[in-house]
Amino acid sequence: MPLAPSELSPPQVDEAGLAEQDYLWTLNFGPQHPATHTTLRIVLKLDGERVVDAVPDIGYLHSGFEKIGEHLDYNQYVTVTDRMNYISPMANNVAWHHAVEALLGIEITPRCKYIRTIIAELARISDHLLCNGAVGLDVGAFTFFLYGFYQREVIYDIFEALCGARFTNSYTRTGGLMYDMTPLVIEKTRTFLRAFPKTLDDMERLLGRNRIFIDRTKGVGVLSKQEAISRGCTGPIARASGVTRDLRKDSPYLAYADLEFNVPCATEGDCYSRYLVRMAEIRESLKIVEQALENLPSGPVNVGVDERVALPDKKQVYQTIEGTITHFELVMLSRGFTVPNDEMYAAIEAPNGELGFYLAGDGSDRAYRARCRPPSFIHFATFPHLIRGHTLSDIVAVLGSLNIIAAELDR
Amino acid sequence: MILPSYLLALKQDFLSATTSEYIGQLRLRIPADELQSLLTALKQRYEFDMLIDITCVDYLNYRGATDRFGLVYVLLGTESNERLIVRTYLNEPDLTVPSAVPLWESANWLEREVFDMFGIRFAGHPDLRRILLPPEFASFPLRKDYPLQGRGERHNFPVLTRESA
Repeated sequence: MPLAPSELSPPQVDEAGLAEQDYLWTLNFGPQHPATHTTLRIVLKLDGERVVDAVPDIGYLHSGFEKIGEHLDYNQYVTVTDRMNYISPMANNVAWHHAVEALLGIEITPRCKYIRTIIAELARISDHLLCNGAVGLDVGAFTFFLYGFYQREVIYDIFEALCGARFTNSYTRTGGLMYDMTPLVIEKTRTFLRAFPKTLDDMERLLGRNRIFIDRTKGVGVLSKQEAISRGCTGPIARASGVTRDLRKDSPYLAYADLEFNVPCATEGDCYSRYLVRMAEIRESLKIVEQALENLPSGPVNVGVDERVALPDKKQVYQTIEGTITHFELVMLSRGFTVPNDEMYAAIEAPNGELGFYLAGDGSDRAYRARCRPPSFIHFATFPHLIRGHTLSDIVAVLGSLNIIAAELDR
Repeated sequence: MILPSYLLALKQDFLSATTSEYIGQLRLRIPADELQSLLTALKQRYEFDMLIDITCVDYLNYRGATDRFGLVYVLLGTESNERLIVRTYLNEPDLTVPSAVPLWESANWLEREVFDMFGIRFAGHPDLRRILLPPEFASFPLRKDYPLQGRGERHNFPVLTRESA
């Protein structure tokens, strides 16, 4: 059957306006440009070096993640969430199964909550290190970037000891985790917590009062509080503009209600305050990891067999009838776990902002609809507003401070 | 289910709105022709100042579904910390709803994505183009009648033979 082309309205061309802007240059920024870091394209209108207008053109990395979500089951899809924001895949794993468990109405075990909190915060540290490092790199501070990248490597080592994968972890499971935390992981995390603050001090001294860095970022890309709210900004970008919101405090999930931490905010809303907020958040995350690690509850990481979502361990399978039945129900292709015929939106505070999933269950073990609310997508929409009136060289500073991850942007 | 006071007041004004709840999450269902006035009221009178997400669900194969498309608005009040999900249902051939861009700036790209993936049109949107897919793409891939492994686009690839290459 031949497909009917969709009726698309032709772009509106303002002839008079075009003639007026005749002297403007058009410049293609990307899709392959070292300073975009990822694959995205911006069509710029330049008056000399001043940016008059910017039109983002995205979709280069679109790979249909939401469509795949309708064909993989709730545990398989976690591998796809790794590829969304690949800078902090652990946070995506936690967000996905947070939403799945909200849909199923499952309460996870205390130990699982604490371990998920720890890995989500380690992911936040690693994300902020890369984001701030990239801002530094783009405006000329190469050393800062290397400091950040070295510490990311240490966090990768922790993840490797935890689940065997460094980059695409896929660590969470419905109702639990892939593996429990071992003493080796705890030891590695403790070593990181001891050694990292010193590096963080060094990093802050490198860039925090660096004249060139401040000149390049202060007063650039200012987002007012009003605009931040209207444009749907969340996370460090909203907090740098004075929106005092953090899902960890406002609707505490996992173990955040038990832990003490502050939410750093700023009021300027420029690139420099976004850098400062992220640096301060790294320190708060360290506090959270330390508290969660010291108060790590004992007990199982997976929910019990009566919930019928997590695979029971071998001892239960061979020695108890409930274990055998649960194992059978879960591994048989036509069984899986039972999902209500209902819909749920659940979100966590990912490093980049609110990362939510809107799930529609239809009784089967595959989601009927797996919508991801990607923070990068919402934040990149503000980019033309932020860059208008600034110079060409400010683009990299603004782009870096928004932390656009194209794989999450396009999904 | 105990409704918060703002929702009780809202239901006085919108008699056709129905509420439901699932594990603590409040949802409001509204006919499509009242969507615009409801969203305006929520933004201006009830201080839902942030639009978190707009998404759509195609209920083509859903058991017991009576409407084809469900449009979902996730709203948040940044001061009140209230969350509300507004849903409206649409059927072919009339897949047009008023745009929310005048109310929330963030609706701009979100509506473009819903148009791109489901073909739902937003009347009054300043720039309703495809966003993730190329403009010449001929179908709406997140609809349930679109298969997982593409239709249309791969068939159009020119076949290279050894002679022509």
